[in-house]
Amino acid sequence: MDGIGARLKRFEDPALLRGEGRFAADLDRPGQLHMRVVRSSIAHGLLRGVDASAALALPGVAAVWTERDVADIPRIGFRMMGLTHLEPYRQPILAQDRVRYVGEPVAVVFAEDPYLAEDAEELVLAEIEPLPVLLSATEAPRDFSATHGTEAAVLRKSYGDLDAAFAAAAHVVELELSVGRHSGVPLETRGALAYLDEEGVLRMLGAAKVPHANRLALARMLGLDPAQIHLHEGHVGGGFGIRGELYPEDALACLATLRLGRPVKWIEDRREHLMAANHSRQQTHRIRAAVDAVGFVLGADVEFFHDQGGYVRTHAVTVPDLAAAMLPGPYVFPAYRAVGHVRLTNKTPGGTYRAPGRYESSFVRERLMDAVAERLGRDPVEIRRINLIPREAMPFDRGIDTLGTPLVYDSGDYEKLLDKTLRHVGWEALQARLAERRARGERVGAGLALFVEKSGLGPFDDVRIELDRAGRATIATGAASVGQGVATALAQVGAEALGIPAANIRVIHGQTDAVSRGMGAFATRVTVMTGTAIAMAGEKLRQKLIAQVALLLQRPADRLELVGGVIRATDGSGASVAIGDAVAACLAETGGDALCEEASFESHHMTYPYGVHMAVARVDVETGGVVLERLMAGYDMGRAVNPMLVEGQIAGGLAQGLGGALLEEFRYDAEGQPLSITLADYLMPTANETPEIDVLLTEDAPSGIGLLGVKGAGEGGTTAVGAAIAAAVDAALGGRVFVSKLPISPAQLRRWMGDSA
Amino acid sequence: MNKREVVFTVNGETRRVLVEPRRTLADTLREECGLTGTHLGCEHGVCGACTVLVDGQPTRSCLMFGVQAEGASIRTVEGLAAPDGTLNPLQRAFWENHGLQCGYCTPGFLMLATWLLERPTPLDEEELRHVLSSNLCRCTGYQNILAAVRAAARELDRWTESAPA
Ligand code: FES
Ligand code: FES
Repeated sequence: MDGIGARLKRFEDPALLRGEGRFAADLDRPGQLHMRVVRSSIAHGLLRGVDASAALALPGVAAVWTERDVADIPRIGFRMMGLTHLEPYRQPILAQDRVRYVGEPVAVVFAEDPYLAEDAEELVLAEIEPLPVLLSATEAPRDFSATHGTEAAVLRKSYGDLDAAFAAAAHVVELELSVGRHSGVPLETRGALAYLDEEGVLRMLGAAKVPHANRLALARMLGLDPAQIHLHEGHVGGGFGIRGELYPEDALACLATLRLGRPVKWIEDRREHLMAANHSRQQTHRIRAAVDAVGFVLGADVEFFHDQGGYVRTHAVTVPDLAAAMLPGPYVFPAYRAVGHVRLTNKTPGGTYRAPGRYESSFVRERLMDAVAERLGRDPVEIRRINLIPREAMPFDRGIDTLGTPLVYDSGDYEKLLDKTLRHVGWEALQARLAERRARGERVGAGLALFVEKSGLGPFDDVRIELDRAGRATIATGAASVGQGVATALAQVGAEALGIPAANIRVIHGQTDAVSRGMGAFATRVTVMTGTAIAMAGEKLRQKLIAQVALLLQRPADRLELVGGVIRATDGSGASVAIGDAVAACLAETGGDALCEEASFESHHMTYPYGVHMAVARVDVETGGVVLERLMAGYDMGRAVNPMLVEGQIAGGLAQGLGGALLEEFRYDAEGQPLSITLADYLMPTANETPEIDVLLTEDAPSGIGLLGVKGAGEGGTTAVGAAIAAAVDAALGGRVFVSKLPISPAQLRRWMGDSA
Repeated sequence: MNKREVVFTVNGETRRVLVEPRRTLADTLREECGLTGTHLGCEHGVCGACTVLVDGQPTRSCLMFGVQAEGASIRTVEGLAAPDGTLNPLQRAFWENHGLQCGYCTPGFLMLATWLLERPTPLDEEELRHVLSSNLCRCTGYQNILAAVRAAARELDRWTESAPA
């Protein structure tokens, strides 16, 4: 049986292993032009003009566009409606009047060959008059334009009586903490291939994540009827939140196809990617907590500064919103207030990256727990334990909203997972071993961090299942894949629902002409939302088939079941009918090639998986280098559709969290020039930096949302890794809480060691 | 720009192509030979996604020009499976051990590991980690890639168990 719970090998793999993947760069259309973007080399300045004459004189250059050529195209909007106050901060597809970060598109070249397009790009001269740069969100805001300041929004979330909490406090613990600028950096850079089909419909290949939303947004921007444009997802080389957002380049490629009447291909290079695709994470938090005599946090008051970069992009303020709402995590925190300043700077615009807002605020919350433990001289695990939300309090209503949904933890037994994880790693014995090694002079320690994740963001998902006379099914979904094994996992859900082998199920995703609306793949939503819709449509088909067979066999329907591809009596007696024959019998009346059912699942609540991350770190005092000896995650997701895929997601997420904790950072010089524009400067973990990874999956708290009990697993590998590694580094250096900033670079660590000496 | 003729073999087949001298081997393979299994992740020699074997040596095809491959014998990911598509033991081990997610880094890792497994000296854990750390994967956290190559090495009798630490 290869339904829910099976460690099924992926259907996606053989083609990829043979080199038969079809990624954006692998696709071509006859007569295509190659697009190359000319980018600002100045972080902030007035755009005085662009001279394209030399580029246009090159044979093979079809067109060069500058600001005036696209002045009529609306700026890129937000996926969430009604955010008019943020509209002045939207990005135009080519800079208009002003440039706001190095890498901002100022012109675009179309040529017969990609090498030639690059030659031409170098000949385009943008005249930019530099303005003073603003590079920090903690500095006082300045003018963004004549009418607006660089503080685009201030988010406020609060509940409980904070004044009473501080009045009753035995201790007040204060920290300033920051997380560095880093991002998803998928191994495949962005790309698009736009063309007009025989019917004149504009098609863009290379879409990902949210093709349906982007289709509508592009239609609006280009003045097209939505029926005139479709987006298609091929193979996608990693998403992580950043790929598949609507960027200026997507709109430029589509617009050029319409205007020039030829297919247009755009493949980004790595340098462009590192300064043009969404950055993420950069926040500074100032937190004060009121703590009682035993270490229970009575209230927390946080003010934070979110470094948004040059523009507000498609997600608007999703990242700081989640940071503010989910900071309290698994702890009670009876009173809480967050004030988040969303500020524009002259750096690459920011967006979501795996566990957006939670990586940042988990670092803050878990550092706070460690600081409380230090202040009270108590064990960090015990301090966490007395603050945890008890199982009896579930579902737990936080009393605040995020992403337009009330923040209600649907289910969870946090303490049970903590205990299981501690047992799994042999925490006591591990601590004893590490203490022994420290006594021998080694700087080594373990740290852990707890977190709550979120998944299954609605509001809806539609599917259509077609079942043919051979008993094979096609499931059309509005989901998308960014390389996470969606086709396999959803086929398993279908197999469970229909009682047929997963191999007999084909899953369609990421094609806007297959299903009319769809939400895509983000916020760890697919298995919860799309999975439930599949289970619902599957159930309808199952009932139809059983009713038909009940007539055939003259048996009551409630005595029949569909298992292993046949419909038979529940007591095993009498004849059975193969599913394909049952389909044929149904179709005998209606005609057609396949029996078809549709279902929609709607949900206005998210589900909240949760976990524990644990790290063992060794510090080299001479160099300030940190070596991770072990990384571990305990994760409860209610129910795992394919545990092998889930473990893979968690392991990959842990490695990315490690990157942000120790290695990855987009750095800038004082003029706003990006310093991390190759993979030799922007360091991602390799097999050397990534230790043995160990994942403990539990299914103690199935979700009541959806039919399957599943919660998502796309982000839970990443959420609290930074916090766990910080705690491990502290422990290695003797237990004082001093890691206040990620990434922990060797230079920074040496400075801290100097300060504490 | 002037094009030059280059002759080399790819996966045993002779190819004669006309390329600009500045065209990288990666682009030559992808565009002129239609072998798009070789991927580009950085084009500056760091990620290893473009790794192919040139005269038996793992080579970053983004750092070499097509014209430099004159007379060379090149192997790419497309040459690993049997003509009927049957996966070879290394590819199978990646499948069975979930050694890929998006699959973008996979051709580079497969070629690098092919070289490792074909060397006369057997492989151990330290060497495995050391060599595979020259390529980047952004999805898997490496555990399953390492497990896959280990499994293939065992199956091919190329694995030496390291002494426990
Ligand atoms: S593309 Fe050649 S090393 Fe990255
Ligand atoms: S599987 Fe995606 S980069 Fe390795």
